[in-house]
Formats: sequence, structure tokens, C-alpha cells
Amino acid sequence: MIKQITELSEQEYLLCGTRACSGCGLAIAYRHALKALGKNTIIVIPACCATVLQGMYPVSSAQVTIVNTAFETTASAAAGIYAGLQATKNKHNFNVVGWAGDGGTVDIGLQALSAAAERNDNIIYVCYDNEAYMNTGTQRSGATPENALTTTTPLFGKQHKKKDIIKIMEAHNIPYIATCSPAYPVDLYNKFLKAKSIQGFKFIYIFIPCPPGWGFNPAQTIKIGKLAAECGIFELFEIINGEKIYNGITERIKNNKQPKKNPVEYYSLQMRFKNLSKNK
Amino acid sequence: MADDIKILTGNYAAGYAAYSAMAQVVAAYPITPQSPVVELISKLVEEKKLNCNFINVESEHSALAVCINASLAGARVFTATSANGLALMHELLHWAAGSRLPIVMCCANRGMAAPWTILNDQQDSISQRDTGWIQLYCEDNQEIYDTVIQAYKIAESLYLPVMVCYDGFILSHRSMPVKIETQKKIAEFLPEYQPLVEFNPDNPQNINPVVLSEKMFNKNNELKNGYMEFRKKLQDTLLEALTIIPQINNEYLQKFNRCYGDGLIKSYKLNDAEYLIITLGSLGAEALEAIELLRKKNIKIGLVNVKTYRPFPKTKILEILKNKKTAVVFEKNISYGFEGALSADIKAAVYEINNAPKIQSVICGLGGRNVSFYEIADTTEKIIKNEISDNREYWLRTD
Repeated sequence: MIKQITELSEQEYLLCGTRACSGCGLAIAYRHALKALGKNTIIVIPACCATVLQGMYPVSSAQVTIVNTAFETTASAAAGIYAGLQATKNKHNFNVVGWAGDGGTVDIGLQALSAAAERNDNIIYVCYDNEAYMNTGTQRSGATPENALTTTTPLFGKQHKKKDIIKIMEAHNIPYIATCSPAYPVDLYNKFLKAKSIQGFKFIYIFIPCPPGWGFNPAQTIKIGKLAAECGIFELFEIINGEKIYNGITERIKNNKQPKKNPVEYYSLQMRFKNLSKNK
Repeated sequence: MADDIKILTGNYAAGYAAYSAMAQVVAAYPITPQSPVVELISKLVEEKKLNCNFINVESEHSALAVCINASLAGARVFTATSANGLALMHELLHWAAGSRLPIVMCCANRGMAAPWTILNDQQDSISQRDTGWIQLYCEDNQEIYDTVIQAYKIAESLYLPVMVCYDGFILSHRSMPVKIETQKKIAEFLPEYQPLVEFNPDNPQNINPVVLSEKMFNKNNELKNGYMEFRKKLQDTLLEALTIIPQINNEYLQKFNRCYGDGLIKSYKLNDAEYLIITLGSLGAEALEAIELLRKKNIKIGLVNVKTYRPFPKTKILEILKNKKTAVVFEKNISYGFEGALSADIKAAVYEINNAPKIQSVICGLGGRNVSFYEIADTTEKIIKNEISDNREYWLRTD
């Protein structure tokens, strides 16, 4: 475990020149997660922003093994790789990591995810939540928050509540659940380190600000990520064998060490919430 | 009876073949009439007779996703399904072939819903013929066992997935004597699986990334394949299988003293035949009896049972159909809006023949409707005598 960002390894597993958009929160989180996971890692990626981020054949920005898979199969594909490595007595002690977006997790990938969690397969499943189908052009997903404008809720914003994937995963009684954000890289790095050391199914949720999809200045990705935590829209915590522990800024807010911010600034910085009036 | 001959259903013959081949990862989801295949395998695994990771998944879709990725990680894999389960796998069938993985899957053939049927026809596997899989059809339970073993050798020689199809209930649930070979003898025939890609942390690879339409340069300034080059390689290898399958069929004959025609087609009384019955799967056994009936009536007729349906043995078919008068194609599927898929393929194959024979599509046995050899003989005779001829496919015993 590390205490400050200067302790992060200088080894890069995500090279410069990814195809991510400028200010992409995913690229930041991915870079730091890979530092924690190390080179003995196989990342399973369904159709999502991360597919594009890697680059197109015959070049790749990732310096770990990547297995691309069908949209709805992240968890079953990761389970298959783990089973295959085990059956062939592979000596590299790989971390097998599913790395899917919110649509690939809470919508199309939910069935396979639930089954792998129920079997307690020894994999890490990452849901990076940018709150819509960003790779295909910002269509509404189950994880899109209420009132957010997307290209399939173009006039009035989403009329339904955000699906709570953490509650769903909690119901599977898995050994480790954690939330993190690219705005807090030390916390993110440590949670991936911890997940690596735990046997069984690990679920890591990353809250990913998305400049083009949410409509904010790409220079403000970290600011938006921090604001989300500071006003309690996103919470940092771990659930270890069913026990919930708040971390970082969320822990300070919960224990009244720091006041919760008014969310007006968070909403007003993003075009997707332009329909929201200040008093709403 | 010798110890190694068991009385087995088709499903158990398939399950024992996966056992003989020492499958390392099996993932499956229940569906009638396939379920007993994986029930047997799970039992063999729990009894520690088979050293294998058996993954109980939540759908056929995940079953194939697990198999694809376990195969990618270097394991010999197996699964089995039927009908709607196979249809649910459709997207993953393309992934398996495109990833060039030697997966062996059994399909206990069953009709597609709606309306529901659990009984046999071949609409399920025929509907998947364009996914890049090799498709082999079986006529009896020994053939199921032997074909699954051969399928691993074919698959692992060419890095192609193979679907072994056998008729639901007619074979899947009917018991017959089946000789089970020892794992040792099978291992002599079927060497260990050598995966195409090795996961190496010091040489990381991005597997199945986005590939552009045109060729692109890599970092060493080498021009690498575009999407179409990958697709053509898949097709080239499938066509190469037309040479490899007969070789493996022959090797199997040398080792185990059993073979199935030349591995591509099985034939009967072709020498002096003027007419042909052509079919697929267990209908071949009924059609063989029909040949005997028609021969007694001095009709010079022979039988072709297509074992390898994809890749399609076009040259072989063309050679046989030269100088024939009529070929009647009995099949348990239809390419809706046209005719039986096998019949259409045969017509395409004989296009190059001058005075090509008349080819009549007969649709029969859908949703488990019984097809007797009397009906096959009677219908064939009527077609030969032009008593049935309305310029479209003929539906056997259907209003």
C-alpha cells in the first residue's frame, strides 16, 4: 500500500498515444490500475471505450496481455481464461481482470457477471462507469443518472433512476467490493493492490468523468471527479466480506470531519444537466 | 462382449469421447436433448475420473464464451448444446471461428421454436452453417464417439472449431453398442493441444483488437493484414480441411479399424447408379433401407450421406453427380423462402456439369415427425417417374 502519489511505480503499462479523448477519466484510472496490477495481468475487454483506447491493429498502447471479447461476455470470458490457465497449470500467476463499462456491466453484461460472482470465480471485475454508452456516442444506459441528457434522452433527460450496481453485487456475497475514482489515484492504486491479494470474486467500481459525454472542459476531469465525492454523489468505500468501510473524503464527510458540498457546482459544470434548474 | 464395448446412448457416446480426449475445460448449460452429455461429464469430473474444470454457466452464450477463452488460454475444451441454445450462441460461434480456436462442440439436433418442439430436425445447426465452423454429421452412436475424437485432431491441426451434429432423440437417446478406446490409445492418435498464442507477460499481445479495412503498418514498418485478409485466411483454411479430413479419417482407420466413407461423404451402391438419394445424418440409415427396396424394383439407385457439410465437399459431389439422371435430397431443414439448404448447395455444386441431373429437394422429419424408409423409397420412386413435380421443394407427408 502507498500513502502518496510520488510512491507510484514509474513503470508504465499504458503508453502515450492512446486513442482516448482528451481529458479521459478512463485513461487516467486505467494507467494507475495497471501500475498496481503489474505485467502478469490479462485484461478482458468487451466492446467499450477501452477497446478503442488500446489502439487499432497492428499497434497497441497497452503493455499487458489484452483479450477482446463480445459485449456481454466480460465475466464469462474472464472465467474461461482463469479456468484455462488453471487447467494447463500456467506458471505465470496471472491476475485475470474483466474491464467493462457501465453498459457492459449493468445492462448487457449483468447476467454473465452475476453468474461469475455466484460461482465466486477468482477474477477481478472492473466496472468503469461513465454513466452512458460513450463509445457509441452517449446513449442512455441503466447507469445514467436521472435527468441527464443523452443522445437517446435528448430533450427531457433520463426519466428513471440510476441502477445501483453495488447493491446488486452486495447481494452476491462476494469477498471484496470497492469503489474508486481517477480523481483519487492513491486510493485507486491501493484498492487494486488489495484486490490482487484476495481469493475469489472481486468487484471494483470506478466513477469516470467523461468530458465529451458529460459536456465539460477536458481540463476539469479531476475537478469533476473530486466534486462528485465532495457532494456525496459518488462515495468511496470498500465492502470486505459484507462489512462496509468508508474511505478518504467520504469517510470524513460521514464522520462530520468535513461538510458535504452543495451539488450545484457539480451539476452546473456539465452540459448534460443543463435542464436542471438550480432549486431542483 | 468385450469390456470396452458399452451400450450407450448417443449423448453418452459424445460424453465418453470428451472423456477419452481428456477435455480440460467443459462449460455447459442444460437443454433437451443434449443435457445427458454434460451430466455424464460432470459425474466423471466429480468421481475424479476426468481431470477437468467443469464450469456451470448461466447460459449457452456464456458456455461458449468460457470455452473460447479457456481454449485461448491453452486448454482443450468441450461443450454441447441443441436448438435454441445453439441459436443463443450465434454471436460467439463467429468469435470462436474468427479467433481460430479448436473448440469441439456437439449439437444434439432439435427443431427451433416457435412454436416449441423438443424433437429432432436439423434447422438448428444448418442455421449456423455460415459462421466458419466445420460441421460433421453422424449416423450412429459409434460414429458420434469416433467423430468427436477425429474432430479434436481436425480442429487442432487447422485451428478451426468443429461442430459434431447428431439427431436428437433418434441418436441422442437411443442405446447402441459403442467401443470406447483407452485414453492412452487416443492420446497416441491425438497429441497434446499446442495453442497458437502463448500468454507471456514479457511479450504481451492485444488479442482480437479492432482491425481496419485496409492493411496497416506496424511499429517495425511491416505491412500487416486488414480485415479481409483475416477473413480470407479463415476461408482458405476451411477449404484446406477438405484435404485434412480424409487424411485424419484414414489415420483413424489405421489406428482403430473404423472409418466413415472418406470422411467427407459416405456412399452406398454408387457403381452402376443412375439415380441418387442424398441426405444428412441419421436419415442415411433409413435411406439405405430405401435403396434396398428400390433396387429390388430394378431401379439403379445409390446413396450419398454427406458427413462433412461445411466445408462443402463440392468436387466430390460434382464427380458423383456426373452422368446421373435424378438426385433426391431428403433433409430435415429448410432455408425459408428457397428450399432445403443441402439441396441448394448441391445444385450450386453441379452447375458446372453439362446436362446436370434433376435435383429435387424433399423437406421431411421437421419437429420429430417420423420418416420411414418406405416413405423415402416411395417418394423417391415418384420423383424419378416425374409423378411428383411442381417446381418447388416437396414436403413429405405434410398438408
